[in-house]
Amino acid sequence: MTKFVTHDQKNGEEQATAAPKPIEKVSIIISKGSLEEVYPGLIMANGARMEGIEATIFFTFFGLDAIIDKRMDKLKVATVGNPAMHIPTMIGGLPGMSAFATKKMKKEIEKLDIPPVREFIEMIHDTGAEIYACRATVDMFHLEESDFCEQVDGVISVGEFYEKSAGSQIIFT
Amino acid sequence: MSTEANTEKTIVLDQDGHLANLEDWNEELAQDLADHEGIGALTDRHWEVINYIREEFEKNGDAPSIRKLTKESGVSTKELYQLFPKGPAKKAAKVAGLPKPKGCI
Repeated sequence: MTKFVTHDQKNGEEQATAAPKPIEKVSIIISKGSLEEVYPGLIMANGARMEGIEATIFFTFFGLDAIIDKRMDKLKVATVGNPAMHIPTMIGGLPGMSAFATKKMKKEIEKLDIPPVREFIEMIHDTGAEIYACRATVDMFHLEESDFCEQVDGVISVGEFYEKSAGSQIIFT
Repeated sequence: MSTEANTEKTIVLDQDGHLANLEDWNEELAQDLADHEGIGALTDRHWEVINYIREEFEKNGDAPSIRKLTKESGVSTKELYQLFPKGPAKKAAKVAGLPKPKGCI
C-alpha cells in the first residue's frame, strides 16, 4: 500500500479556505476569421481538454472561415487597423503585406509546436470537443453543410448553442 | 510472510498532485499513482506514453506537447484521451512521476 500526502498534509497544516470549484465546461465562440483571431479560441479549447475540461466551439460570422474546407488552409493575418501590429495602416494595406505577415506568423506558430488550423481542428475534435457552425451565418452567407470540414458536428441555432452550453463558461473571441 | 506487500510507504506529492521528489518514482509506484488518479491497471499502451514522456523530460526538462507526443509515440490523440481520461497531459505526467507540464499545447 502506498499512501499519498501533499506537502500541506505532511506539515500538518489544514487548508485555511476551501479551494474554488474548478471549471468543468467551456463554450468558446470564434467570431472572426483572421489567423490571429482564430488561434486564441483554438488554443483555449485545446487547453481546456488538456485540463480535463469539456469544450465546445461555436463558429459564427467570419469565424466560419476556419471550418470551411476550401478556406481553412488559407486564413490570413490582418495587417490593417491593428495598432499592436506596429505597422502603419497605409503600409499594412500595401499588396503582399498580409501574405508576408501571415507567412511569418505561421512560422512562429510552428516553432511553438502549434499545428496549422486544419490539423488543430482535427486534433481538438479527437480530444472529444464538439464543433458547431452558426445557423444564422450559414444562411446569411448561403453556405451548405457540405462546405464544412468533416469535424463539424452540426449547424445549430443560437438557442441550441445555449442549450448545449448548460453549465458552461461561455468565452467569446 | 512477504513484507514488501504489506509495507506502507508514504509518498509526498506537491500542491498539484505530482511527485514532490522525482527520485521517489519507480515502475511499481507508477501503478500506485495510476490507481490514485483513477486510471486503473497500466497497459503496454500506457507504458508507451509514460516511457516516451520520461525520455523527453530527461532530454528537454519538460514533458512534450501533445502534438509531439502523438506524432512520435504512435499513440493517437483519441487513444491518449482514452488512456488518461480527464486531462492526459497532466495525468500522464503524474503517473510518470514528472512535474506539471509547462507548455500550452
